[in-house]
Amino acid sequence: MTPSPHCIDLATATVRELNQRLHHLTADGDPGIWRVLNPAGGHAIAVGLNAPVTVEIDGHVGYYCAGMNKSASVRINGNAGVGVAENMMSGLVHVRGDASQAAGATAHGGLLVIDGNASARCGISMKGIDIVVKGSIGHMSAFMGQAGTLTVLGDAGEALGDSLYEARLFVRGSVASLGADCVEKEMRDEHRAVLHARLEAAGLAGEVDVSEFRRYGSARGLYHFHVDNVY
Amino acid sequence: MDHTNIPRTVPRKSATFDDYTLSEIRRAAATGLYDIRGAGTKRKLPHLDDLLFLGASISRYPLEGYREKCGTNVVLGGRFAKKPIEIRIPITIAGMSFGSLSAQAKEALGRGASAVGTSTTTGDGGMTAEERGHSSTLVYQYLPSRYGMNPDDLRKADAIEVVIGQGAKPGGGGMLLGQKISPRVAAMRTLPQGIDQRSACRHPDWTGPDDLEIKIQELREITDWEKPIYVKVGAARPYYDTALAVKAGADVVVLDGMQGGTAATQEVFIEHVGIPLLAAIRPAVQALQDLGMHRKVQLIVSGGIRNGADVAKCLALGADAVSIGTAALVALGDNDPALAADYAALGTVPGAYDDWQDGRDPAGITTQDPALATRLDPEKAGRRLANYLSVLALEAQTIARACGKSHVHNLEPEDLVSLTIEAAAMARVPLAGTDWIPGAGRY
Repeated sequence: MTPSPHCIDLATATVRELNQRLHHLTADGDPGIWRVLNPAGGHAIAVGLNAPVTVEIDGHVGYYCAGMNKSASVRINGNAGVGVAENMMSGLVHVRGDASQAAGATAHGGLLVIDGNASARCGISMKGIDIVVKGSIGHMSAFMGQAGTLTVLGDAGEALGDSLYEARLFVRGSVASLGADCVEKEMRDEHRAVLHARLEAAGLAGEVDVSEFRRYGSARGLYHFHVDNVY
Repeated sequence: MDHTNIPRTVPRKSATFDDYTLSEIRRAAATGLYDIRGAGTKRKLPHLDDLLFLGASISRYPLEGYREKCGTNVVLGGRFAKKPIEIRIPITIAGMSFGSLSAQAKEALGRGASAVGTSTTTGDGGMTAEERGHSSTLVYQYLPSRYGMNPDDLRKADAIEVVIGQGAKPGGGGMLLGQKISPRVAAMRTLPQGIDQRSACRHPDWTGPDDLEIKIQELREITDWEKPIYVKVGAARPYYDTALAVKAGADVVVLDGMQGGTAATQEVFIEHVGIPLLAAIRPAVQALQDLGMHRKVQLIVSGGIRNGADVAKCLALGADAVSIGTAALVALGDNDPALAADYAALGTVPGAYDDWQDGRDPAGITTQDPALATRLDPEKAGRRLANYLSVLALEAQTIARACGKSHVHNLEPEDLVSLTIEAAAMARVPLAGTDWIPGAGRY
């Protein structure tokens, strides 16, 4: 690949230099497309972005890639370590491979698409993000999820949606078990519309039948602290 | 024997089953739930009162009263941060959330602290415009719940405090009961209004000190390595927690003893988990010294600080600054005897009111009720806090000068003795009148 003016090779540049240059970009003008080479599992790559820039990362990344992203589109052509897109506010993060634990943790907005599988605690404490996982997810996913959607084309591990608030969960495959206060809910037209929109945003329109999914949400039994609700 | 005139013993209550204990058993039997309350531990503990300063004598030369210079400024965050902060007095305001406190109370804290050149701290629930606007130096807490956490406020902060725990409940999460989840609080926390809200007890995206190091790296990258990063722990294993925080890259360690307050926690947690501040400071300082980081990584301690003597004693034991929460609320107007009638209506008395979780605070501090909150005038309350903070600093200076110190940081353990064997062992200073430090030479 021929390096472009917007190409940073982490074999020679530091993560600090990369992030500093990306932070200098503003919404004014055209932030352009940036390509990152040789991430080599480095941590905190492309974090705190605050402009509608497109960042393409060729390789595997470590912890917290695209953390606290706002407005940017980040594509990872590889696997992602712990906490990819953690606390994202807006924008898009696309993992072409698998993601480790806590993908999309506490994120307030934006779209996280994972082509492969996601490990444990996917969407933990999610606060408005939309997450689409084309593979399966690990245990304790959407733990204490407050808002947003988690869509899983594969299976979900143990204790899905434990202590859930108002996040909405759609799973096409099997669910190993539901966590405390998480229940299966009726899939009505309005939910099918929401699911369809999320699949469409992830580029899956027409490829997946929404009728194959089941919906899970909070029983709201833990919303009021009472002896009958203590686990 | 004349059985009609045998003297009777007076009624004797059990020291084990005292009146409070009996009332708690009856309360538990009636409800089936543990008691939840605010504030800190109420039991008698070894504390800073058990220490005394020796002052000057033939071998020590004092400084003149209020005239000769005695510095009180503290620089925090010089280890890694491009923009360390400097506070004028060694007393900061501890983290307390909007949600647990009214917006007026948060504003008053900001006004009072800023007037004397020190910092305030956000809490669980995010940063409000009021506290950012009225706090010249604001520390933004990074908590397990991440309620209201966003990169814009992160960049607005002057420092970031990664909260692992607090002294009132090391290992515990938080609660904010439904009566305090107003529409504004609910919106800031992305939660339904009126529910009993739970704050997570552990961070969602890292586990253990190695992960924490990477998390701190991420926070530094997001903020371009400008902000000092604190790590706050409840006092439990202070030697190891301090060492691990330093290893993870902290600029500042905040150590909160079990006397530290809380907005809402189980009584059993407040009274039975964690260790007193007196027992925590020396192990933390020892960890810094063993790593060659004392005075390079700053140590802020909290939990039961009430007066300038407490401040001076903490600094003499090796801390760089102290933090106050409960005392600051009292300075604002909490538990004011002038509100005795209001407290009586709540079934309590001034000085004992601790139902901060209920949101019915007649002082307008621990409430989200608009009518109650407007009882607190942020300007007047802020002035009271500024006055109180000034007194703390003046008192600490008074003691430092008496010990011959031109800066409060020059106070040292050798300036102290202990009144009790327990305090001597915990603070590692000699029992008064002896050269005996129980356990000296061992840790």
